[in-house]
Amino acid sequence: MTRLEVENLWVKFPTRNGIFDAVRGVSFSLGEERLGIVGESGSGKSMTGRAILRLIRKPGEVTANHISLDGEDLLQLSEREMRRIRGQRISMIMQDPKFSLNPVMTVGEQMLESYAQQAKGTRQQAKDKVLEMLEAVAIRDPLRVINAYPHELSGGMGQRIMIAMMLIPDPDILIADEPTSALDVSVQTQVLNILDKLVRDRGMGLIFISHDLNLVSAFCDRVLIMYSGRIVEACAADKLHEATHPYTQGLLKSLPRLDAPQERLQVLDRDPAWAKADSVSGIR
Amino acid sequence: MSGIIIDKLNVWFDTPEARVNAVKNVNLRVEKGQSVGLVGESGSGKSTILRALTGLIPTWSGSMEVADEKLGRKRSHRFYKKVQMVFQDPYASLHPRHSVDQVLSETLRLHGFSDIDQRISKLLSDVGLGPAFRFRYPHQLSGGQRQRVAIARALAPEPEILLLDEPTSALDVSVQAEILNLLVDLRLEHGLTYLMVSHDLAVIGHMCEYIAVMQLGEIVEIMPVKEMRELRPTHPYSRHLLESSLGYKSEDNSVQ
Ligand SMILES: Nc1ncnc2c1ncn2[C@@H]1O[C@H](COP(=O)(O)OP(=O)(O)OP(=O)(O)O)[C@@H](O)[C@H]1O
Ligand SMILES: Nc1ncnc2c1ncn2[C@@H]1O[C@H](COP(=O)(O)OP(=O)(O)OP(=O)(O)O)[C@@H](O)[C@H]1O
Ligand SMILES: [Mg+2]
Ligand SMILES: [Mg+2]
Repeated sequence: MTRLEVENLWVKFPTRNGIFDAVRGVSFSLGEERLGIVGESGSGKSMTGRAILRLIRKPGEVTANHISLDGEDLLQLSEREMRRIRGQRISMIMQDPKFSLNPVMTVGEQMLESYAQQAKGTRQQAKDKVLEMLEAVAIRDPLRVINAYPHELSGGMGQRIMIAMMLIPDPDILIADEPTSALDVSVQTQVLNILDKLVRDRGMGLIFISHDLNLVSAFCDRVLIMYSGRIVEACAADKLHEATHPYTQGLLKSLPRLDAPQERLQVLDRDPAWAKADSVSGIR
Repeated sequence: MSGIIIDKLNVWFDTPEARVNAVKNVNLRVEKGQSVGLVGESGSGKSTILRALTGLIPTWSGSMEVADEKLGRKRSHRFYKKVQMVFQDPYASLHPRHSVDQVLSETLRLHGFSDIDQRISKLLSDVGLGPAFRFRYPHQLSGGQRQRVAIARALAPEPEILLLDEPTSALDVSVQAEILNLLVDLRLEHGLTYLMVSHDLAVIGHMCEYIAVMQLGEIVEIMPVKEMRELRPTHPYSRHLLESSLGYKSEDNSVQ
């Protein structure tokens, strides 16, 4: 069942060299599934996520035929209605977690605040819930971390706090922008298992933006590959290694491998034609 | 000449609630021209070691020596000419109101270079950013573009020693390959010394001769990368790290 559908999304920025199209006519759907997005640095992955939540800052501009959540077009909503969507229905884990947290509030205060917006209950219940979330994301000493400020966290701790906070509202859709890039593999596995469970047990739709091709291939159901503001290929995640687009093939070849050391890593020969071809549809 | 010598290093943070002992009795040597990888659990103290070396944390004991300079409380100007760091969190390390051009030209001027214009163009193209990025501000860049600006800034003074904290974590693998090749070339040409943090063991395997594994503030094992490749770590945590690096399995699959 499709929960989110994006059709013909464009994100434009005026720059001193003219209008820059960061996202160029992207279409895809999301069901109760794990949808991976991989692609070139600067290809528009984060902007696609932010555009869905209408979080593109001025002077940036978003247009689309529609961005619909369970049939309702988000582009038609008032800013007030949109805040409700952001608080309750769609959450986004930002790529720069520590930057997205409030620097002058403790982790505990921030988490309690977002909990209070969702649920009624005593302060003790809220505190228990926050502790439980911190433990779920494998924070070793939750009692200390609750009283810590964002700058007192390690990179991976900040990422996990952000994940825990975005899960508090129990969203229908979660957009996770590189959510585990600062985590060691064993903590990463724990965090992914939480996300996996939400998709399976509660039918959440997950957009998982990542550079880790092996991870996306193992964890996701489908993958979109972005290049220069467009989708150049869409495939089943477990077929990622059989991808046919030369960009995707090039990506797979440039991975360093633990079992097969090389002198030099292969680099891409970028073909200008890749940026010119029409966007592939990711609608299913 | 020596690279980096760390002896019995302890680093702590005093918070109102308690003292956090982030690094405990760490010994580590990186010979000149060598490249050593630092891996381990999230929150285990990797960034803290690098930050202590660059003089960002005042609360430490033990001894640190970098490029024949015994480190005290303050770092000299000479130190930053020789030693540069790429921070884990590029957003926080770039001034929000300074354009890429300002960031790089300021660093270059500070270190006494004169052909600034040419150097900026070269640095940007080295990290795969075209001239169009030169006058952008940090908020106008993608995550990976910011990370590359931070790398360009660290390379600008032509340092001998680079402290790299997850330098390619926000890059797609093709750009990562370009940056890693660049770092390998620089090391070969100029005999640079690297201490590099990454959670990606394949990246460490590609870049480093030795790997140090951290857990809970301590280095639990140091081994040649070759041993890691042959899956021969001895400490249980290093084994665990290596085994889990060999692929994600969902809970359902792993119980089978
Ligand atoms: N305010 C802005 N003005 C001009 N260009 C911008 C602005 N914000 C972003 N961009 C450009 O939009 C493009 C898409 O950015 P986006 O953050 O979506 O990339 P990304 O795919 O997430 O990359 P990464 O993997 O590096 O995070 C980038 O090339 C970026 O430079
Ligand atoms: N300014 C600070 N005040 C208090 N505690 C701090 C401060 N900076 C770091 N810490 C604590 O020190 C410990 C080590 O942090 P560090 O950033 O070195 O971890 P790391 O190994 O780099 O982890 P990651 O891989 O997640 O980045 C963490 O428990 C962190 O909360
Ligand atoms: Mg991004
Ligand atoms: Mg760190």
